[in-house]
Amino acid sequence: MINFSYTRAGSVAEAVGAKSKANGAGRFIAGGTNLVDLLKENVERPRQVIDITRLPLATIEEGPNGGLRLGALATNADTAYHPEVQRRYPALSRAILAGASAQLRNMATNGGNLLQRTRCYYFYDVAMACNKRRPGSGCPAISGQNRVCGVLGTSDQCIATHPSDMCIALAALEAVVRVSGPQGERTIPFAEFHTLPGDTPQIENTLAPDEIITAIDLPESPYAEHSVYTKVRDRASYAFALVSVAALLELDGDMVKSARIALGGVAHKPWRSPEVEALLTGKTATKENFLPVAAALFHDARGYEHNAFKIELGKRAVVRALQLATKGTASIRDVNGQTADA
Amino acid sequence: MSALKSIFGKDVDTTSSTYLGKPTSRVDGPAKVTGGAKYAAEFNVPNLLYGYIVSSGAARGTIKSINTAEVEKVSGVVKVLTHENAPKTAYLDSSHRDQLASSGGAPFRPLYKAELEYSSQPVALVIADTFEAARYAASLVKVEYEVAPHETDLRANMGKAHPPTVTRTGYVSAPKKPRGNPEGAYDAAAHKVDVEYSQPIEFHMPMESYASTVAYGEDGKLTIYQKTQGVQNCQEYVCSVFGLSSSDVQVISPYMGGGFGSGLRPTYDIYLSVLAATALRRSVRVSMTRQQMFSFSHRPEAIQQFKLAANSDGMLDAVTHTAIEETSQNEEYLETVVNWSGLLYNCPNVMLSHQLVNLDLASPADMRAPGAVTGLYAYECAIDELAYEAKLDPLAFREKNYAEKDQNEGKLFSSKELREAYRQAAEKFGWSGRPLEPRSMKKGSDLIGWGMASGSWEASQGKAAAKLVLTPDGKLVVSSATSDIGTGTYTVMTMIAAEFSGVAIENVTFELGDSSMVYAPVEGGSWTVSSVGSAVKTVCQELRDRLFKLAGKVDGTPLGDTKIGDVTFANGAMHVTGNPVKNVTYAEALKAGKIDKLELDTTELPQLAKQATHALYSHSAVFAEVSVDEDLGTIHVTRVVSAIAGGRILNPKTARSQIMGAIVWGISMALEEEGMLDDKVGRFMNHNYAEYHIPVNADIHDIDVIFVPEHDEVVNPLGAKGLGEIGIVGVAAAVTNAIWHATGRRVRSLPVTLDKLL
Ligand SMILES: Cc1cc2nc3c(=O)[nH]c(=O)nc-3n(C[C@H](O)[C@H](O)[C@H](O)COP(=O)(O)OP(=O)(O)OC[C@H]3O[C@@H](n4cnc5c(N)ncnc54)[C@H](O)[C@@H]3O)c2cc1C
Ligand code: SF4
Repeated sequence: MINFSYTRAGSVAEAVGAKSKANGAGRFIAGGTNLVDLLKENVERPRQVIDITRLPLATIEEGPNGGLRLGALATNADTAYHPEVQRRYPALSRAILAGASAQLRNMATNGGNLLQRTRCYYFYDVAMACNKRRPGSGCPAISGQNRVCGVLGTSDQCIATHPSDMCIALAALEAVVRVSGPQGERTIPFAEFHTLPGDTPQIENTLAPDEIITAIDLPESPYAEHSVYTKVRDRASYAFALVSVAALLELDGDMVKSARIALGGVAHKPWRSPEVEALLTGKTATKENFLPVAAALFHDARGYEHNAFKIELGKRAVVRALQLATKGTASIRDVNGQTADA
Repeated sequence: MSALKSIFGKDVDTTSSTYLGKPTSRVDGPAKVTGGAKYAAEFNVPNLLYGYIVSSGAARGTIKSINTAEVEKVSGVVKVLTHENAPKTAYLDSSHRDQLASSGGAPFRPLYKAELEYSSQPVALVIADTFEAARYAASLVKVEYEVAPHETDLRANMGKAHPPTVTRTGYVSAPKKPRGNPEGAYDAAAHKVDVEYSQPIEFHMPMESYASTVAYGEDGKLTIYQKTQGVQNCQEYVCSVFGLSSSDVQVISPYMGGGFGSGLRPTYDIYLSVLAATALRRSVRVSMTRQQMFSFSHRPEAIQQFKLAANSDGMLDAVTHTAIEETSQNEEYLETVVNWSGLLYNCPNVMLSHQLVNLDLASPADMRAPGAVTGLYAYECAIDELAYEAKLDPLAFREKNYAEKDQNEGKLFSSKELREAYRQAAEKFGWSGRPLEPRSMKKGSDLIGWGMASGSWEASQGKAAAKLVLTPDGKLVVSSATSDIGTGTYTVMTMIAAEFSGVAIENVTFELGDSSMVYAPVEGGSWTVSSVGSAVKTVCQELRDRLFKLAGKVDGTPLGDTKIGDVTFANGAMHVTGNPVKNVTYAEALKAGKIDKLELDTTELPQLAKQATHALYSHSAVFAEVSVDEDLGTIHVTRVVSAIAGGRILNPKTARSQIMGAIVWGISMALEEEGMLDDKVGRFMNHNYAEYHIPVNADIHDIDVIFVPEHDEVVNPLGAKGLGEIGIVGVAAAVTNAIWHATGRRVRSLPVTLDKLL
């Protein structure tokens, strides 16, 4: 009997209007797989819940310039199994299927996936302090149980990670997030969508409070032949990534024309470093050439008591992912020895 | 399944029995899959109130204040109970000790005092007329603590380790004196191992969370629908704590969504629900959240040290085993951890020690094969290390040092087919092809390893009673106040009753889970079949005697002067063996005796004189294969073969399920389970199913279960040893040993997560 009011938005404009009016105390609900859990744990206490599930944003269609447009309300499952996604963006399909469970993916939406919140244990336990949940209260994870926390781009206010698998592939693909707000539409490049914790860990992205995600645009990709998503986790399925890697290669023979590498499980946002990726350009796709790239990606990493291993693990996962990508998309089985959609 | 068939073939002599030994589906299966089976939180009574528990956010200190101003404004809230206003219960600690409490100590009492005992303990109960109101209001309770320093770190507090100062039912303390001269033997030995193993706190985590629905009768009598492994233990506890008479308290628990030991002792939900019901004179339900399921019982953390030695022939010559476990501040939880090491192999020089460290945590509790799982995980890993030091195959080492008798007690085993279990499991697994050296096997880029271990568990029997009612329609109802925690008690008791009464199985009903039934001990320790089953057997045999006597009164005496030994009892009738025409149905016998309801009950006691001269144990031989991704450290248990020597197998179908489930749990223990304690705040932080990992389907591959025939006339009248726990013992060791064989790395702390292999 935690009272909140519920409205079902009939249009994007209505949704945005309702959210503006709620003045920070409103939440959109899409699949509800994250929001409802957070409600049950008292982490989220919205006064208004705005149901956006009836908005016409569930399509997957051809986008501008040879790309693909993923509707914000298309489910993770429909996206992963879409033939065009599988054909042109196989790493995205695999990343989605490496996450959660079949039931959750059937409910979860693309927009919700981007905005899912951290799985840091302290964030979920309202009896504990947490700067993200209660700014200024402290960060017990830094000196506590931080196996699930990050090692890159952390701050002394927060070391949480963004838990999504899907977003790691989207970052590597340089997707663009389409949003709509009171001022109209705008686009946000994926690299600028999620933010680092800094002194404001309660802020996780650059979406304004009264904006809604309408779609995710995937640009045309030259990487389909050499795309992998490698996820390392504590059990074979149904666990968040300790470390994950989306690796995309554009090869000319065995020479790398361009490379994209995005890391999950290690930072407050999907982690990329275009300068480091550029080190591979013009090199042959060999382990010897992958090793320094892996090392450079983690050069500035900082480990904590229970997660320092992620630095070494992350380097090895990068090398593995690049090796698999070199072999080619078709040959890939994930690290658990199963095909990704098993 | 072929595995089942092959087991079954060599299993037990089924020719002479109608039901026992035949794979039988669960009699309660249809009720469970159709929703007909009701669990404690599903019993609805009129005008029910709902209690929601507020848990403490601090581990130690005192509650300074509890502000409920906001709470009382919530519509529907009836009462908030805290230590300040809760009615007083029994004063003496002894009144709060249930059947399974240690002999000393102060069992935890919710809402009793301002001092905190551990983080997440209940500190208030909000009672409202809907669950939703209670839950919401509970989130508004503001508790202020005067926080005091706490200690939850076992390793940091090892200096405080002390031997147990109390006793407990079922606990066998470590032998006081060493056997032989372990130190001297160790010093002189050719091969030695000096190692320490540790394992974290693990949780029972049954699917169904604890719940207690108290129906408050007009006469003030309480009917309590409770999730528990012991209805009579709960009834006694409630009577003792609340000063009620046993005729005023009935505890009912027909089904249980998993217990694993967590429900052997009364849980705090029953205390709170009865407290609220008696205070308000209303019916009340209290149920726990998933998070609260991490707040009242666990398998204790353990640190174990070994000094093992073998002589140049590979004979085990010295065993020193010290186990240090945590317990709460208020109670010494006791489980038998080290004695197994003096029992499993022959060894002339042995010293065993079990010690406790009191920490600011909830009391640990028995968890599937308590003590043996812990002790034998570590011992069987250390033995593997010693076998390798002696350059012997680990199976050959074990066979060489096979114990023909229990050297702790100087007794012969009532039966022990462990040698045969080794043989059958090794053959099935293909063990003979195993290279001695680690890192010798590869598949693609993965390292492959094979490991094995043995397990042992006690085959005990307790006092238990059974009652039967036979009616002229030929229906037999047998009952006892035991429980079915998912093990298949309903089914096996129905089979036993049908077998020994001669009533066809479809006409037999077994009832359990009601404190008003005849006596049964708590369901745990794998002793339900042996205890309750033996009572069921006896009362059904008494039934046959009675019916045979009544048959003499039937007109024309169809059985003539045949002796009972020459009469066959089957399908609800007696006939002269070999001559089915000369028969009397049970209905005819009842009619002749002018009986419309034949009631019998009996109490069965263990055959102590016979049992006392023997050591009673079940055994297992577990073989595991792992594949390890060397770069990333990910581990997969690709194959497990487990051979069980567990006496007579009464229902091979549920027996196999028991062992399979236990193996899955053993894999879980080896690779996944860990209560992540934040010692700074004194609290478990991964208190949900998303983060407290147990295996998912993708983690589990081939599991093969073999039952080795074992004939035992000492252990109990059924010759069955119970299978609830033996299946998990040794599994974590077999997996850990296989990981070593794959990688050459001895990981001496559980769980073996991938970071430990990087
Ligand atoms: C047990 C469990 C395991 C999981 N494991 C994984 C895993 O391994 N990997 C992984 O990647 N994920 C995992 N997930 C997370 C899952 O992917 C997310 O919960 C899901 O993607 C969220 O989508 P949703 O539509 O249900 O979001 P909701 O719960 O409906 O919403 C989440 C947030 O997004 C906001 N929102 C939703 N849609 C929009 C929109 N269009 N515009 C603006 N705001 C919006 C909501 O207001 C809310 O704040 C797991 C979840 C669970 C419960
Ligand atoms: S890491 Fe971030 S989310 Fe976790 S406790 Fe610290 S502030 Fe909260």
